[in-house]
Amino acid sequence: MVSAIFITLLFITGIYCIMASYNLVRVLIGVEILIKAVTLMIIVVGSACGRLALAQSLVITLIVVEVVVITVAVGVVLGIHTHNNSLDVRKVRRLKG
Amino acid sequence: MSLDLLIYLALTIAALWTVMTRSLLRSAIGLALVSAILTIIIFRLNAPLAGVFELSVCAGLIPVLFVSVVSLTQPYTHQEIIERMKSMFTRFRFLPLIVIAVGLALGLLSLKPETSLPLPADGKDVRFVLWHLRRFDLLGQMIVLLTGVFGVVILFKERKKSG
Repeated sequence: MVSAIFITLLFITGIYCIMASYNLVRVLIGVEILIKAVTLMIIVVGSACGRLALAQSLVITLIVVEVVVITVAVGVVLGIHTHNNSLDVRKVRRLKG
Repeated sequence: MSLDLLIYLALTIAALWTVMTRSLLRSAIGLALVSAILTIIIFRLNAPLAGVFELSVCAGLIPVLFVSVVSLTQPYTHQEIIERMKSMFTRFRFLPLIVIAVGLALGLLSLKPETSLPLPADGKDVRFVLWHLRRFDLLGQMIVLLTGVFGVVILFKERKKSG
């Protein structure tokens, strides 16, 4: 199944981006790529199982959650930039805890 | 080579370019490109409603958010960009090799995934499924949206300066 291979490749790309990036915006872009892989997986599985309507409703829910997560994460990134004047994860050392 | 295979290849290349390009602005645009190609795949799989959501929200709204962040944060100088590019190339040089190796390995293995998974809800129309079978998801969506709105309000609220 060709789509399964490309879903795996998309997932690997997202994971690698999260692990190898030092910039917080690029980490968020990696999370986005991961979510794209999950979206594609849900639609492909729904299409293969013949439950496309259910898959579409799940994807709509996923997109709503994705937007909210990214919006709040962007706010957090901007807050970090305000306090540290940098988006480098190595320079974010003022977190409590 | 079939059209589907070409679209999937374009999706993978766009994702790699998004991750590996040095400019964050180009990364944001690449993300929109990935979403647009994903929308084509979703439409070809006969899921138009999910495709419309993907195109309007993920290819439209989220890249705008990323571009806003890039414009609101301090840009690097040309010298810093060159230094970071070298470091980034060192860190990301294995990614295309890993993607090609895993793709070839999975292609040669020719796995056949199980597609007869039992699913709890059944319905032919997405509107019926969303409003009647997955009603609780809508409640969750509303709660998540409200949480996001309040989160953004709290994050962007101006803090009182002491003294």
